[in-house]
Amino acid sequence: MFRDFGVDEVGLLLKGAQWTVLLSFIAFIGGSIVGLVVAAVRVVGPRSLNALATGYIQAVQGTPLLGQMFLFFFGFSIMGLEVSAWVAVSVSLILFSGAFLGDIWRGCIQAIPQTQWEASSCLGLGFFQQMRYVILPQALRIAIPPTVGFFVQIIKNTSLAAVVGFVELLRAGQMVTAATFKPFTVYLAVALIYFALCYPLSLWSRHLERKLNVAHSH
Amino acid sequence: MSLIRIENVHKSFGDLAVLNGVSLDIEEGEIVTIIGRSGSGKSTLLRCINGLEKVQSGEIWADGVQVNDPATNLRLLRQRLGIVFQSYNLFPHLTVERNITLAPQVVQKRAAADVRQVAVDVLRQVGLESKIDAYPIQLSGGQQQRVAIARSLAMAPKVMLLDEITSALDPELIGDVLKVLEDLARQGMTMVLVTHEMGFARRVSSQVVFMHEGRVWESGPPDRIFTKPETPELATFIQSVL
Repeated sequence: MFRDFGVDEVGLLLKGAQWTVLLSFIAFIGGSIVGLVVAAVRVVGPRSLNALATGYIQAVQGTPLLGQMFLFFFGFSIMGLEVSAWVAVSVSLILFSGAFLGDIWRGCIQAIPQTQWEASSCLGLGFFQQMRYVILPQALRIAIPPTVGFFVQIIKNTSLAAVVGFVELLRAGQMVTAATFKPFTVYLAVALIYFALCYPLSLWSRHLERKLNVAHSH
Repeated sequence: MSLIRIENVHKSFGDLAVLNGVSLDIEEGEIVTIIGRSGSGKSTLLRCINGLEKVQSGEIWADGVQVNDPATNLRLLRQRLGIVFQSYNLFPHLTVERNITLAPQVVQKRAAADVRQVAVDVLRQVGLESKIDAYPIQLSGGQQQRVAIARSLAMAPKVMLLDEITSALDPELIGDVLKVLEDLARQGMTMVLVTHEMGFARRVSSQVVFMHEGRVWESGPPDRIFTKPETPELATFIQSVL
């Protein structure tokens, strides 16, 4: 006997959505830390570290996230390391986000014209003073819209965690579907929840972009 | 010793030789204008004086310090050599006041109240006191350039290097900028200008330097340079610009 798609089922989906949100934050915060290091290394690091960071970015950007999750989930256990779905999914999402955020932020720092470096160094500012007072404040303004935009990507990409058995929103949807056998209704509800999470962020990102353009270079 | 001494300087970008043995002395209080066709090395020479460009050989001395000695602390030296660029290069995210006070405050470690007064003073010098709270984008090109001059003056430099600072400006805005320079000249500021404003060069310079093919081709007092050129290259150049 199949169950109906009722309040309990919606509750299950929302519980899954909580994990989606938590996982997204872990990915974003962890990814930000990795991304900061990567951006710094790419902009001012020594050649060897720079090459390493570039290789990391290319490896992550050149392979599917799903493959990376499998790699961590199954790869570790083959090496004798028992890794929970939580850890495998978190690590792969952090590394994924770190590569993209690092690349986005590197681009933002390098988008500041060379003449700003020149003008500030001609006033006697040292490297860290240039970064702090001249380069980063300008880079930050450019970085906010794409960063918020990427956060939306992260939220959607956490759905891949369902494949290794992590119960987030999509996996909760699969389970509710199995119980109710109403895939269309359930996945529509799942999609609506994702949309409710992502759309405000997309709006915000677009709003920031417009605000930035109006106030550009000010 | 001269305030700026340039001795047999060679500089090339890859295979392209830009400076082919330039020598030039600039005394305190002098106003030296460097003229010449584009590509003659004028701007490069100016940028070499404060170490923005590295030279391959020769020596550059400014205020008693050898600029092209790797051991020289360029940060210290640059506080005494103001430079203003053709494209202003103001900091777009900062107000006029902050553009001016940033370096005095964080580089020279002066107190916030002090540097505010400095900003007011230098803005008065360039006639823009009323714009102290504006952002660069709210100003015209000529006003931005005057703020850039004020920003440089706030460091109380011994020399001002001015790199084609009116070349990006609409003709009607050039006058205001040149007037600021003339005021500075009257106050005895040492200045080295790369410029295309021949009338201005003739009026205020103590020495005019004509550069050609990466060399100082001819130099001397403005009247002599503009009325009795000794080389055919300078004669042709003057004919083409006057």
